[in-house]
Amino acid sequence: MPLVEMEVNGKKMSSNVEERQLLVHFLRDDLNLTGTHVGCDTSQCGACVIHIDGHAVKSCSMLAIQANNASITTIEGLANENQLHPVQEAFKENHGLQCGFCTPGMIMAAVDLIKRKPVLNEKIVREELEGNLCRCTGYQNIVKSILAAAEKVQA
Amino acid sequence: MYQFNYIKAKSVEEASIALSNNPEAKILAGGMTLIPTMKQRLASPEQLIDIRQIEELKFIKLESNNIIVGSVSNHFEVYDSEIIKEHLPVLSRLAENIGDPHVRNMGTIGGSISNNDPTADYPAACLGLGAIIKTSKREIEAEEFFIGLFETSLEEDEIVTQVSFPIIKNSCYMKFPNPASRYAMAGVFVSKSDEEIRVAVTGAGENGVFRWKEMENALSNDWSVSSADSVRISSDGIMSDIHGNSDYRANLVNVMATRAVENLINEY
Repeated sequence: MPLVEMEVNGKKMSSNVEERQLLVHFLRDDLNLTGTHVGCDTSQCGACVIHIDGHAVKSCSMLAIQANNASITTIEGLANENQLHPVQEAFKENHGLQCGFCTPGMIMAAVDLIKRKPVLNEKIVREELEGNLCRCTGYQNIVKSILAAAEKVQA
Repeated sequence: MYQFNYIKAKSVEEASIALSNNPEAKILAGGMTLIPTMKQRLASPEQLIDIRQIEELKFIKLESNNIIVGSVSNHFEVYDSEIIKEHLPVLSRLAENIGDPHVRNMGTIGGSISNNDPTADYPAACLGLGAIIKTSKREIEAEEFFIGLFETSLEEDEIVTQVSFPIIKNSCYMKFPNPASRYAMAGVFVSKSDEEIRVAVTGAGENGVFRWKEMENALSNDWSVSSADSVRISSDGIMSDIHGNSDYRANLVNVMATRAVENLINEY
């Protein structure tokens, strides 16, 4: 099995992977980073969103081996020690989650969004959430959380 | 997913050699179609040749009156490119509306046109602007490139390296996206240069993207909204599926074409 090297949440690691292993399964099963979820497994729901070299991607539609030499951030890598990331904090404050299954993907998508477009409004947020589904249909507060987080980051 | 072996190519030459050495190999670029297809076991290549990180294929540049896009440029890069925003904004907007943000960070222009999905956006831009597609072997005009459903004139061991779009300011793409997938239910690309008017339709044709000659002729005779409105596309040869039957789609094609023309007349 080929060897891959990556930096995951700031830590360098290397491991042998099967060519066909998906990145999401590598993170969950091999690295035990189970915060990244498998929702639809057909690249529609976005529960598996992580950052690769600073860009949000769907880890269920990528091979682990494609991420060789990449720098990866998962939901576990956002908080600073005991200090939640501002987007995590905003989701907590604004009740941006119900069952919580979509939350890791929502938050990773939101962090990427706020970085790309610091000035947001409701319309932009809803459009940008095209790739993330919440089956509790809790979008109202998810949108509210993202707007609140964007404002906080701006300030 | 069935097992396969994987190589990461460092150059187009290396990828081409690997591809001609193994008829069962497939090129992997962003993988946004290929990997889901393999997961469903609808494709089972023996080998994947990863070209996503080949530096020589990652560029966007302006050359005389053309925008040239390297084949592994992803949709976000095309959308975000200052050169494209300034000289061919229609292409930036088209890329901005493909799939979702995460897919746009991986999916590539070369992958999209090589796959020639009948509901993809880029084929309409290629045909609507008269793009030239450069491969590892030759240059192909868009008309000769897109042959049918998921079919192109690419040979088994040929790789798309760049797409050259003539800058036609007077061009507009109107798409009615499927609300779930964001693929086009009907997308119409209209361009008007000094030489000709082109109308390319995606999302609707049973054989994939096509030029709508009747509309082109009508608009060449009379460049107006009423002229666009007077031409009706026949529903023969228009796709029919769970999302809409051929009459419905044919009507969407008409509506999108009229909106595109309306937009251009109001804008210029």
